[in-house]
Amino acid sequence: MTMSSLVAASQTSSFMTRKLLKTLGYMAIGMSVVLGAGSAVAKSGMQATSEDMDKYLRPAEIPQPRSNMMTPERVELGKLLFFDPRLSGSNFISCATCHNPAMGWSDAQPTAIGHGMGVLHRATPTILNTAYQRFQLWDGRERTLEKQALGPIQAGGEMAQPLDSLLPELQDIPDYVKLFEAAYPGEGITEDTLAKALASFERSIVSTDSAFDRWLKGVDGVMSDSAIRGFGVFKGKANCTACHDGFNFTDNGFHNIGLSDNKDMGRYTIKPIKVLKGAFKTPTLRDVATTPPYMHNGQYHTLEEVIEHYDRGGDKNMGNLDPNMKKLNLSKKEKADLLAFLKALTGDTMDITIPLLPIK
Amino acid sequence: MIYVNLKRFGIAVAAITLSATANAADYTITQSNKAFVKDSQQIEQMSIKAGDTIHFKNEDPFFHNIFSLSDLKTFDLGSYPAGESKSVTFDSPGEAEIECAIHPEMYMVIEVQ
Repeated sequence: MTMSSLVAASQTSSFMTRKLLKTLGYMAIGMSVVLGAGSAVAKSGMQATSEDMDKYLRPAEIPQPRSNMMTPERVELGKLLFFDPRLSGSNFISCATCHNPAMGWSDAQPTAIGHGMGVLHRATPTILNTAYQRFQLWDGRERTLEKQALGPIQAGGEMAQPLDSLLPELQDIPDYVKLFEAAYPGEGITEDTLAKALASFERSIVSTDSAFDRWLKGVDGVMSDSAIRGFGVFKGKANCTACHDGFNFTDNGFHNIGLSDNKDMGRYTIKPIKVLKGAFKTPTLRDVATTPPYMHNGQYHTLEEVIEHYDRGGDKNMGNLDPNMKKLNLSKKEKADLLAFLKALTGDTMDITIPLLPIK
Repeated sequence: MIYVNLKRFGIAVAAITLSATANAADYTITQSNKAFVKDSQQIEQMSIKAGDTIHFKNEDPFFHNIFSLSDLKTFDLGSYPAGESKSVTFDSPGEAEIECAIHPEMYMVIEVQ
């Protein structure tokens, strides 16, 4: 099963359409390369280097555990469960309530809102590209999506649904019994298969190609000069790559970036090492323009504010600023270029349909 | 006679200690591309002898923070930049899990014999 077809199982475009588009895409790249070879107008430093391509091009496969390889049945079942509010104690909140595909798989709130409209103290992270993350949740307390998936369902402040009442509820819905059987033959509807199905769907939510990806592959004219210069600032003067690096623009690491509003100890509660006081996971920057507000506490509403934060080297919080944080002294033009680059990381719109849920 | 015996015993102990110190080895493990590397190979496990010292050298263009919270040895070397090295001597036998606090994918076990 190829990656594109599995993604197609969750995003509704048909496999054939995607295959055709992909073929056309390759043709376009081929033409561009041929044209580029004969073109004398290419500006030096405005094209991706082989090092850029090695570092930032999409990996060939979506990472997935051997114990839960993705199949169309598993991804489809996971999608139903993801959109099903019956997974919450109130039967009113689904995973998609906070991880809303219409809002970059997040909720556009500074921090999440959970059971009984209670306001939580951390922002809803996007689920985009979580397959590529080595640690889940802002404090990285879970390593796998399978372990993460059951957390919010049971958390009192989030979906507030104990598993010992949820599993019988699902077992009572005949179509779910059939769908679980198709996805995990002979295993039944259990904590394990519920987690695995949700994780399979989440793994299928991968970023689509952006202007930056096309530019990396050599397509001319897709990324503005400003965005290309911004990539240079990103890797160079602004040193964003100290943390936001690689295809998914993250080091899978934890940093205290000096947020003035941060009273949350973050990763330190998991690993009591000084550097981790107030440290949180480096999020992906894929589709970042679609997921305001920003930071683990939703402190900033725009990417401009985020750039200003890093330009001044962060603010004081608990005297534990990550040593990679320094004043950048970026010019107005450099800031504008950096912003253009961040916006060039927005992928093509995903074609998502809300599924019809099995009824009892 | 008793005095002499004790003295001999004392000398013997001193000799063993000296010999252990003389044979203690130094190893360098670099932090390269967010991995623990020894002799150009990424490693996840290595065996050393009690008394040996490991130098943790950062060769990445960003900070690392090596620590261990193992029963055998608890230490936090703090954050240090490219080119800097910090060392730890492992005095007793056992196993120590070593991590980078900033990049927890970096993980290795040192077995002290």
